[in-house]
Amino acid sequence: MNWLLEPLSHAFMVRALLVSALVGGCCGLLSCYMTLKGWALMGDAVSHAVMPGVVLAYSLGLPFSLGAFVFGVGSVALIGFVKQKSRIKEDTVIGLVFTGFFALGLVLVSKVRSNIDLTHILFGNVLGISLADIWQTLLISALVVAVLLVLRRDLLLFCFDPTHARSIGINTGLLHYTLLSVLSLAAVAGLQTVGVILVVAMLVTPGATAYLLTDRFDRMTLLAIGSSILSSLLGVYISYWTDSSTAGCVVLVQTGLFLLAFLLAPRYGILRGYGPQAP
Amino acid sequence: MRIEADHLYVDYNGIVALFDASLRLPAGCICGLVGMNGAGKSTLFKCLTGFVRPSRGRVLINGQSVAQAQRHQAVAYVPQNEGIDCSFPISVWEVVMMGRYGAMNLLRLPRSADRLAVREALERVELLDLRDRPIGSLSGGQRKRAFLARAIAQGASVLLLDEPFNGVDVRTEKLMAGLLLQFRQEGSTILISTHDLEHVRDFCDLVVLINKTVLAFGETATVFTPENLALTFGGLPADLLVGATARSGETDP
Repeated sequence: MNWLLEPLSHAFMVRALLVSALVGGCCGLLSCYMTLKGWALMGDAVSHAVMPGVVLAYSLGLPFSLGAFVFGVGSVALIGFVKQKSRIKEDTVIGLVFTGFFALGLVLVSKVRSNIDLTHILFGNVLGISLADIWQTLLISALVVAVLLVLRRDLLLFCFDPTHARSIGINTGLLHYTLLSVLSLAAVAGLQTVGVILVVAMLVTPGATAYLLTDRFDRMTLLAIGSSILSSLLGVYISYWTDSSTAGCVVLVQTGLFLLAFLLAPRYGILRGYGPQAP
Repeated sequence: MRIEADHLYVDYNGIVALFDASLRLPAGCICGLVGMNGAGKSTLFKCLTGFVRPSRGRVLINGQSVAQAQRHQAVAYVPQNEGIDCSFPISVWEVVMMGRYGAMNLLRLPRSADRLAVREALERVELLDLRDRPIGSLSGGQRKRAFLARAIAQGASVLLLDEPFNGVDVRTEKLMAGLLLQFRQEGSTILISTHDLEHVRDFCDLVVLINKTVLAFGETATVFTPENLALTFGGLPADLLVGATARSGETDP
């Protein structure tokens, strides 16, 4: 039991475990919608595009989540605008916009005077998270979960059949931007644990793993949340005991769980039919 | 009039999709919407479901604007099978329940009236046994019936069907044909977008031929002529024309 309890004697580890479990659960829930809507690239884009916002907010003394949110939503709006006004295809526009924002973030970090550490933004710093940042993360996660729970049926319909949603009078444009705003917020929360570069894993992998395991949406959300929280906790523990990158460990555990599902899922795993109890 | 569409103009970034298209459909009729790919069939549907707002002209459904009609759950859209992600983790029951969302509260919690409507709709399309199956495990015909059940559960007076007879089995085809005739009896107006000229001839009362604009509109017997079809399809599909000529030769004394 020592391996389990010893880390808990450090306050920073308790904080890290709590924050990463919270962020994991929140991103896990969202990841179901990202997987079903096919928005992985959008998640990647938003998480990179928040970077200049984080830098600016820190240097202006504002809460970092505010800056990140503005730039996250801004990038999404810009992607929509460029796509609508030009003949360029959406994936190209996404690639173009988020790298532009990310580059701006890099330049700002090197030029703006502040005490931000670039590696903390890029790869997360959950072991050194401050109390103020914990409160922000808590608030953001609560907001994300609340919105997703209230709108869960509408968002499911929006992912499944937007035409029907529209024809029964549901405002699909509003749902579209609500989901994108929630995505920006979750990306900001995920930033804390795994950093800009790996946030997209938090927003995609748990949903993909759960998707291989069930044909029921309710079960899919529970599985995604569960696997995401488990990966976060296990990842933080492994990083403690092996003294390795926390972000790397968390995402690696997630990827490992996906691999297990990919191989062994009862119905959709590639090894189905080879087991002793195979039908 | 159920549907009044007057002088609709739609363009996408300067590319004209509909040009001065007008259409009036009474209550209780089945109307075929025939045209080539890209002729504006789906654009017309999008005008009726509120997805696209015409740059000029107006659409009235039951004498109301599209938005108002939608609030009264007047318009139901039955998609083509290709337009649906079949691996979506959702059961038949949940799909049909989505027809009731517009009538529910914000959280979309079903009440007993909603459950009853869903059950009745599933019975009408003979899918009640399969209600707990994932939508992806159904055959093409069964899936089509599930979406028709969703429209029934919604209780819409205008049904828009996109290629309803594409890739369905004989049982589904018979069942759907029977149901569509019942809906007409009940006063619904059904607009069917299709390539399948055979089915149009068999049970559409009215036909709209479109190619960016309404080329011809009226009773099937008078509008569905080889000349009009040649106009609609640019004179291309000779096999279709042969069929049409043969059939009009039979029916005209």
